[in-house]
Amino acid sequence: MLDMVLKISLICISIAMLALIYRVIKGPTIPDKVIALDAIGINLVALIALISMLLKTSAFLEVILLVGILAFIGTVAFAKFLEKGEIIERDRNH
Amino acid sequence: MEEWFSQKRRIFIIDFQFVETAIFDSYFIHQGGIFLSLLHLAIFLPFIMAVFVPFLYKGFRKIHTGWFVLIVPALLFGYFLHFIPTVRENEIIKRTIHWIPSLKIDFTAYLDGLSLLFALLITGIGTLVVFYSIFYLSKKREQLHNFYVYLLIFMGAMLGVVLSDNLISLYTFWEFTSLSSFLLIGYWYQRDGSRYGAQKSMLITVFGGLSMLGGIFLLYNMAGTFSIRELITHKELIMASPLFIPSMLLILLGAFTKSAQFPFYIWLPDAMEAPTPVSAYLHSATMVKAGIYLVARMSPVYAESPVWLWIIGSFGIFTMFWASFNAIKQTDLKGILAFSTVSQLGLIMSLLGVGAAALHYKDMDENIFIVATAAAVFHLINHATFKGALFMVAGIIDHETGTRDIRKLGGLMGLMPITFTIALIGSFSMAGLPPFNGFLSKEMFFTGMVRVTEMDLFSLDTWGLLFPIIAWVGSIFTFLYSIMLFFRTFTGKLQMDKLERKPHEAPAGMLAPPIILAALMIIFGFFPNILTYNIIEPAVGAILPELLEPGEHFVGHISFWHGPGIELFMTIGVIALGVVLYLTLSKWGKIYSWFPDKLTFNHLYDQIIKWLESGAKSITKGYMTGFIRSYLVYIFLFFIVISGVTLITKDAFKIDVSNIAPIGVYEVVLALIIVIGSATILLAKSRLTSIIALGAVGYTVSLFFVIFRAPDLALTQLVIETVSVALFLLAFYHLPPLNKHEKGIGFKLGNALISIGVGVIVTLVAISAHSNKLFDSIAKYYIENTHDKAGGENMVNVILVDFRGFDTMFEICVLGIAALGIFGMIRLRLTNEGGKTNEKK
Repeated sequence: MLDMVLKISLICISIAMLALIYRVIKGPTIPDKVIALDAIGINLVALIALISMLLKTSAFLEVILLVGILAFIGTVAFAKFLEKGEIIERDRNH
Repeated sequence: MEEWFSQKRRIFIIDFQFVETAIFDSYFIHQGGIFLSLLHLAIFLPFIMAVFVPFLYKGFRKIHTGWFVLIVPALLFGYFLHFIPTVRENEIIKRTIHWIPSLKIDFTAYLDGLSLLFALLITGIGTLVVFYSIFYLSKKREQLHNFYVYLLIFMGAMLGVVLSDNLISLYTFWEFTSLSSFLLIGYWYQRDGSRYGAQKSMLITVFGGLSMLGGIFLLYNMAGTFSIRELITHKELIMASPLFIPSMLLILLGAFTKSAQFPFYIWLPDAMEAPTPVSAYLHSATMVKAGIYLVARMSPVYAESPVWLWIIGSFGIFTMFWASFNAIKQTDLKGILAFSTVSQLGLIMSLLGVGAAALHYKDMDENIFIVATAAAVFHLINHATFKGALFMVAGIIDHETGTRDIRKLGGLMGLMPITFTIALIGSFSMAGLPPFNGFLSKEMFFTGMVRVTEMDLFSLDTWGLLFPIIAWVGSIFTFLYSIMLFFRTFTGKLQMDKLERKPHEAPAGMLAPPIILAALMIIFGFFPNILTYNIIEPAVGAILPELLEPGEHFVGHISFWHGPGIELFMTIGVIALGVVLYLTLSKWGKIYSWFPDKLTFNHLYDQIIKWLESGAKSITKGYMTGFIRSYLVYIFLFFIVISGVTLITKDAFKIDVSNIAPIGVYEVVLALIIVIGSATILLAKSRLTSIIALGAVGYTVSLFFVIFRAPDLALTQLVIETVSVALFLLAFYHLPPLNKHEKGIGFKLGNALISIGVGVIVTLVAISAHSNKLFDSIAKYYIENTHDKAGGENMVNVILVDFRGFDTMFEICVLGIAALGIFGMIRLRLTNEGGKTNEKK
């Protein structure tokens, strides 16, 4: 039963990711693409969690945390890049 | 005709037969001997002296360095003279130093008749040349230390060549002679002509030297030894081998290039840019005879083959004719002498070839072909004397008048009477006129050549007639250039306005060496049997050892007046026709201009050098395009071809599906995502899309790690992918807009084909590798021992830091180097401003 539910959830998330990938490729503006990527990251978290339940292992919990952090950092970096044109500013007074 | 021959046999100019010697068991061969013998010291003495020459030059500026150098060849000449009685009694002196015994390479000094003859020539003429050079080269203007160092290296090398029994040490010294000759030709390195001549002689002689090395290795392959003595004992083995002819041709290539035989003679006339003592020593008396020596030395091994006789005989006789024919058109004294040297070397070579026929007539009281070998040895000595003297005369004329052009010279007879006398003796001896020594060897040459027609082997009875005819025609031209050289220089009108200096007789020191040589010419002319008994007999014995039973030696006799024979009439014909041709030279001399420049071997050589250069340049330009794309194409094409061909020829492709895991839905989905992502990278129009797609591929890969249960890999992959995407973005900002090379369909198609090829090959290899697993994995060991032996639970990490920690250490190094490299690249920018290298921050 649980297996069945997990598989259905996996398929749903995969479809969601494919849709997001379409947005990443297509997305008329860059922020669209960035947001789509961020969402892909979160979907990955879900995906990995589901897979680790399926594989009946707790070895992938770090991966989940890491993806969460990376997705956040990546999105922030992208946002800063889009706003200022650079990620790490040289002049720290502003 | 038949009558002539039979008569000649009776009056026989040189009469060789076999005589039992008193000292029957006196083959006194010293084996072993690890310590340096006196003979080795003799070979090394010039090299040792060469070390001290620069110090002597700097230390004693007031004394001409040549005086110190003179001691060496004089000492050696005396030393080698004392061997004459020993060698005459058929004793052979052999001393060995082990050089590389594990490779059978020893430095064995071996002294028999042939070696002794050459050693005496080298040291004797060497003494005279050094003496002459003391007066020829100015103490103030010339860099004497260079000159004498090169000359001493040459002398030592040449002694090494003629005294070596081991072919490898012979080759070593052989190349030393090439090298020192190169240095001596280029002695006045400021001149273009010197450099050109030096390069040319280097290229040609080293080409021949390397061929010879190949021949030596083939011989070693056949007989298993480098020693010439042992090769002779293994002769049957060598002659039966299929490598016999190739090794002979390679060794002959070495001999022919060194001895300036047709068509390799072209370097010798250009070597005349060297100082005249060098021309006299190297390019007439010694180095160019190294090839002759090699042919004579290897005769016992090869001479039974008809190929040997034919190649040496025909190339020699044609060289003799061709060079004497070409000598007529030269206008430079040294040019004439250079061509004359080539011609005389061809003569000696042809005699050695014809002499090989003696081996086929073992019944030897009637063996008339030994006379050819004896003539070769005799003419070798005669040539060294008269050519050395003539070169010195040319040097004197150059020194005293400032020119060597025979069109500007003339009428020097009254001004330079002594030089005139020497030149008279030298050129008449070269022309083959009595009573000088050249006459005798020229007669013996004719005898040898006429007898070729009597041979009934190797189809010589049909073609053999060409030998005496070419020899005779060549001799006419020899006579012609000899008297031309002499009369054009010393008779006629003195053209003072064309000369740079007012000519007068040379200083006594400069005249002494050619006077000694001229005296020798007359002595050998009247008393040739001094040579026969002491030198020629042992030398012939060394060239044709097969014909001797142990304890025997040849007995020869050269009579000054041998009675009327066909040779004498040939000589009279040569003189008569030569005189006629000389007097009518202005009428028929035009034929030389008919011969187009483009068909000469010099032109061919220049063209070959040019072709090689431009060919190499255009090939390099063709494939070294400077575009990474081209190089990648080569690398990938090579990879496709090599792997593909291996797969096919080794029949390695195999599909084994027995141990394939079932494919799940996730794998399919993820693979699809990777394919879409990769396609996006390739087809994207903007760089940003490519970077994002690359990131997507990377993240998907980490998902693969997840479903294939590799948490550590997944973690690392995620972090690294993020960092590298960020780095791409960082670089992205500074990059110009994506510039797709719109090169047309052909270009893209090529790329596509190559990339598909690589993909297919890699896939095939991977499938085959998977299907051909030969052994079980060693992973079981790690699974069993991670906890027990290494005390860890995480197997991946235990492998990384414990079982195989070395790899990790160097991966850390790689990261450290990369970090430092990035830091260095960003912080240190070396710019080149105003010629100064500045560091910019």
